[in-house]
Amino acid sequence: MSLATLLLLADGRLPSGGHAHSGGLEPQIAAGRVRDVDGLDGFLRGRLATGGLVSAAFAAAACADTGRAAELDVGLDARTPSPALRRASRAQGRALLRAGRAMWPVPAIGREPHQPVALGALAAAAGLTPVEAAVAAAHGTTTGSASAAVRLLGLDPYAVHALLARLAPECDRIAAVAAARSGDPVDELPAAGAPLLDIGAEHHATWEVRLFAS
Amino acid sequence: MRAEARVVAESDGRGGTRLAVLRGESPLLLRRTGRPAGGGVTVHLVGGAAGPLRGDELRLDVVVGPGARLEMLSVAASLALPGRPAPPSRLTVTASVAAGGTLRWLPEPLIAAAGCDHDVVTRVDVAEGGTLLWRDDLVCGRHREASGAVRADTLIRYAGVALYRHELAVGPGAPGWDGAAVLGGGRAIGTVVAAGPQLPGPPVVGADAASMRLAGPGVLATAVGEDIRQVKAALDPWCGAALAPLALV
Repeated sequence: MSLATLLLLADGRLPSGGHAHSGGLEPQIAAGRVRDVDGLDGFLRGRLATGGLVSAAFAAAACADTGRAAELDVGLDARTPSPALRRASRAQGRALLRAGRAMWPVPAIGREPHQPVALGALAAAAGLTPVEAAVAAAHGTTTGSASAAVRLLGLDPYAVHALLARLAPECDRIAAVAAARSGDPVDELPAAGAPLLDIGAEHHATWEVRLFAS
Repeated sequence: MRAEARVVAESDGRGGTRLAVLRGESPLLLRRTGRPAGGGVTVHLVGGAAGPLRGDELRLDVVVGPGARLEMLSVAASLALPGRPAPPSRLTVTASVAAGGTLRWLPEPLIAAAGCDHDVVTRVDVAEGGTLLWRDDLVCGRHREASGAVRADTLIRYAGVALYRHELAVGPGAPGWDGAAVLGGGRAIGTVVAAGPQLPGPPVVGADAASMRLAGPGVLATAVGEDIRQVKAALDPWCGAALAPLALV
């Protein structure tokens, strides 16, 4: 285990295109559901408990055994009903693989895997453990949307980072739950869904002007 | 309370469907209703007792054979209630649809009364060439009441491959369920999964509704509303829509 390597993998400055995605926040802001830090708190807690848990479990599972990448990818397809979100996840997976291949010897797992599968494979190649892959995944689901909130709503960045600090123990808890289940059969891995993210992503994909890709 | 119910629908060999098994016990009572139409039969689920209440363990198995057509409805919403201190109530529904068979599962909503603690586990297997329409509506609390805890755990397989795998948790113990990622201010949600060679064609319309082409041979329509009327307005027409070939959806 290398803490510095984990920080590198979880860093928002990793050139993997994550900054282009709001994690489903942009359409919810447009719908008037998120207007302030309190609204962002509810959004992030829900996202962490649903997509965050699923991403963490699949990243941990891919890290534990990159040979499962193909079946994990199919499992994420079945957990991502929105075509727009499947495209966004695969685009981010592809970008992450490209960055990761420059950093570590990442095994072949297909050209455009879902983002959590790519993250798990990178973590394995970097010598990290499944629970570390899960922490990076859970952390990424909150920080990406949080920085998008600062840009979309002009929120106070200090207040937003205070919120992220309050959520950090929940990220750790989710990651521990996810890693403990990472050896389960794919159908039994976490599948928590977020209906408004699915619906919002489908509407968002039809907008002519938007700041974020998803 | 423990109860089991079972329905087996088979082709009668003359273009129609017969019920080889129709067995239930309170609170899961089953009644064949209406006249055979379009080669299919309709079965209503009739709540024979209050609940589900904490501690209840209920199971319903549905089998649709080759060429058979079955529609499952319910006479009223089901109301999950708190009851005495006990483990969570649980309803397990399994269904299998053979090639050439059709199952339409269109029950009334489940209402999560304040204080309830209820699990719904759904496992559906559709063989290649089978047709499915599977609807689940959930209302979070009765009128102006806090939501109870409900966890729905759904797996629908088509031709042996997971087509739709979804869990939804609402109420106490479900972090962020009323936040803007999950249900926002909504207190009702409906989902319909259509699977098979023929699928409902038109898109679902509404600000908080959408139909989505799944990665496998199916479509999900989902709607979130302040109340169940908004959900029904978005999903009811879709459930009755004409089917179109998969390639055109």
